[in-house]
Amino acid sequence: MPDYTSRDTLPETLFDIIVVGSGVVGCAIARRFTLEGAKVMVIEKAVDILDGASKANSAILHTGFDAPPSGSQELECIVDGYREYMEIHARLNLPMLECGALVLAWNESEADRLADIQRHAHDNGVTRARIISAQKTRLKEPQLAQSVVAAVEIPGEYVIDPWSAPYAYLLQALENGASLARNCELFGGHFDGSEWTLDTSRGTLKGKQVINCAGLYGDRVNRQLIGESNFEIRPRKGQFVVFDKSARKLTRSILLPVPTEITKGIVVCPTMFGNLLVGPTAEEQLARDDAAVDSGQLRALIDKGCSILPALRQHAVTATYAGIRPATEHKDYQIKWYRERNYCCVGGIRSTGLSAALGIARFVHRQYAVAGNPHAALEHCHWPQVAGIADPGERDWQRPGNDGIVCHCELVTRREIRQALEGPVAPCSLAGLKRRTRVTMGRCQGFYCSAELSDLTDGCFQQPMSSSRK
Amino acid sequence: MKTQHCRVAIIGAGPSGLALASELAKSGIDVVVLEREGAAGGIPRHCGHSPYGMREFHRLMSGPAYAGRLTREAAQQGARIWLNTTVTEIGPGGKLLLSTTDGIQELQAARVVICTGNRETPRAARLVSGTRPMGIVTTGALQSMVYLKHRLPFKNPLIVGTELVSFSALLTCRHAGIKPVAMIDSNPRVTAIKAAAWLPRLLGIPLLLNAVLDQIRGGDRVESVAVSNTAGKLQNIECDGVIFSGNFVAEASLVRVSHLELDPRSGGPVVDQYGRCSDPAYFACGNLLHPVDTAGWCWAEGIRMSRLLLADLNAALPRSGRVLDIETASPGIRYFTPQRILLTEAPLFENHPGLQLRFAENRPGRISWRGDKGIISGRRIRAQRERRVLLPFPPRDQLSACASLALEFLPDVED
Repeated sequence: MPDYTSRDTLPETLFDIIVVGSGVVGCAIARRFTLEGAKVMVIEKAVDILDGASKANSAILHTGFDAPPSGSQELECIVDGYREYMEIHARLNLPMLECGALVLAWNESEADRLADIQRHAHDNGVTRARIISAQKTRLKEPQLAQSVVAAVEIPGEYVIDPWSAPYAYLLQALENGASLARNCELFGGHFDGSEWTLDTSRGTLKGKQVINCAGLYGDRVNRQLIGESNFEIRPRKGQFVVFDKSARKLTRSILLPVPTEITKGIVVCPTMFGNLLVGPTAEEQLARDDAAVDSGQLRALIDKGCSILPALRQHAVTATYAGIRPATEHKDYQIKWYRERNYCCVGGIRSTGLSAALGIARFVHRQYAVAGNPHAALEHCHWPQVAGIADPGERDWQRPGNDGIVCHCELVTRREIRQALEGPVAPCSLAGLKRRTRVTMGRCQGFYCSAELSDLTDGCFQQPMSSSRK
Repeated sequence: MKTQHCRVAIIGAGPSGLALASELAKSGIDVVVLEREGAAGGIPRHCGHSPYGMREFHRLMSGPAYAGRLTREAAQQGARIWLNTTVTEIGPGGKLLLSTTDGIQELQAARVVICTGNRETPRAARLVSGTRPMGIVTTGALQSMVYLKHRLPFKNPLIVGTELVSFSALLTCRHAGIKPVAMIDSNPRVTAIKAAAWLPRLLGIPLLLNAVLDQIRGGDRVESVAVSNTAGKLQNIECDGVIFSGNFVAEASLVRVSHLELDPRSGGPVVDQYGRCSDPAYFACGNLLHPVDTAGWCWAEGIRMSRLLLADLNAALPRSGRVLDIETASPGIRYFTPQRILLTEAPLFENHPGLQLRFAENRPGRISWRGDKGIISGRRIRAQRERRVLLPFPPRDQLSACASLALEFLPDVED
């Protein structure tokens, strides 16, 4: 498989498409263009894929009920992305958990806004959305605080695995001929009227078209390559608290607040790994790489979660993390082709990227092939099956020959870890191994397994977990 | 799915589980110890230095030697120890779901004793601010890296905590040639015995009390920490790692998602004075019930539990009687075990060391048993954080006269 991460030199081939960035959007675009017959190269400056905005989100597959109204790029891509995920998830072995969502009103003024939320959902094509009474809401979710006034019920909202999905998209691209180079930072580029020559930390690359999927660095890549940007990235940090698996039983639904002008607010939702998630905060900041957590904000999140589900107070915190969303000054996505420069920018994909990625890829390709697809779409393509690491499916610890469990909290086996380390797209960091296997993500955060793990991963990571004692 | 059977299944091959297994096997009971790691012994296995074995073998032993001896004795007595075997579910009536290297299996036991011990609270659950670089570990992780794998996660870490285990972390660092930059605690006094404070001084490591870890900084690896004192003054300390030591919690993951009643204070299962859980097929023993105590204490509990289990297997341990749940409204009491007393015909507290308590802070005061008709008995104590306090149970006739039973801690009034 053409993974140039650990090879010395990049290929001299002229690619049809060079995708800058391997977040969820870059992975989905690489897949779509590969399946449509283009020769694709994906470059990523980090040591691993999904290392920017895509590494931390709430893992929800949205229906688009609250997306900007009809006519927006965002709604179109969410609806399309949702539909395609439904079509392909089983073939790629991607899990889904149908939860449905409840938009909860906690006072009369919030309740007054539910009719608008319902109407907006209907306008966006989510026709099953309906207002339900306090009594019905509590019947559905008995652990909710008494003070709930009413809710809008949104069937069809799912929880998915935020990492195996984009990984599967990229894997399918690679298995069908695409190439990947990690540790490959873009320095600049030149377009000569028919071809791009990109200057990277790993050497030069040639391509006919460049698609900027650089997420948090989208505006910078724009300026590097075309000297202008139609948006500015305004990083928005979101902190999350993950509760222990014992808390999972407190809700079956995704619990949403009535949104404000500024934010969609704090969500309480189940995860694919059997935990309960509370977050995100919405904090504007300048730094694009500062994903520090703050104890005050984390405590506020816990209090917020407990005000929605009072029984949550009895449950332990498993993990805390923060992600940064690439918001811009615009409300809608900023997807734009610069045809005369063979360049496309896919920017401002803030919080709905996971839901919309497959739709975004179709949207971008449709515009690319507006005068007809210049390539011959693949007639027979490979459908790789990613390893199932979500709880609803069968896990490796249930199968013979798993070679024993290493991570006891998340039940990750030695065989799973070995297989992940052997690739394809082998992780070169502990964070990458976590995303592929769940290892050390559980309640002990490595108390039991980090010694064994540092031994197993010896020589695999750019930043090793430990060094050998001389 | 394959189903196997045994008389007694013990979950966890640490000091309490192995002591219990030895004694039961000695009495001819068919006993299986389920251990998820590749070796038996529990936490002492990777604690290369502390004094172990005094109570049990009347000699000074290292953790690994002690763990080896307990394991050998249990095996010699005929206990079967299944390694690499994880219990993934505990079901009513002693039915266990196991993950083994051959896939899943069922084990049906007449009695199950949960001896899953405890672990330290990691960074995330402490809600510490900052980035999440490499080099942040608990003492347990550090010790298993150093002693089992001969690996070093850092060279100059900060140690957070001053419990007994924090000084154990210090000794591990010394053994491995790691030089900690400082040891900090948010409390005004060292949590472990006072004399332990000499150890960092002896090793030239600053001991900072009233010091709170405010922030961890660093990209790929830890680069520094911000520590503040009670006046809020910040101090930046350069380091390449952080050891979060102590703040032990029950490793009760199995119990939390099971049918067994959970005690929110201790984090372990609710037990009666016999160590029996809310499902009479289940018992619990060791640090799962009282995080954290010494290996020797847990070992002794395992020995005591064996007598109770033998009686129970011979139908000599009554299951019925009036239940007295022990309540408390005193915020100073962090937890206590057992949480209930079963008023049976049999001896109630034979060989029982008494009610075990832990307190939230260092304060002298009076701890009392209160029945519905008033105070029954009590005594003055000097409550200290992370220090075991034992309180004798009231006599049977007084308990029988109670409709309800509560614990009361009245701290001395400060001048």
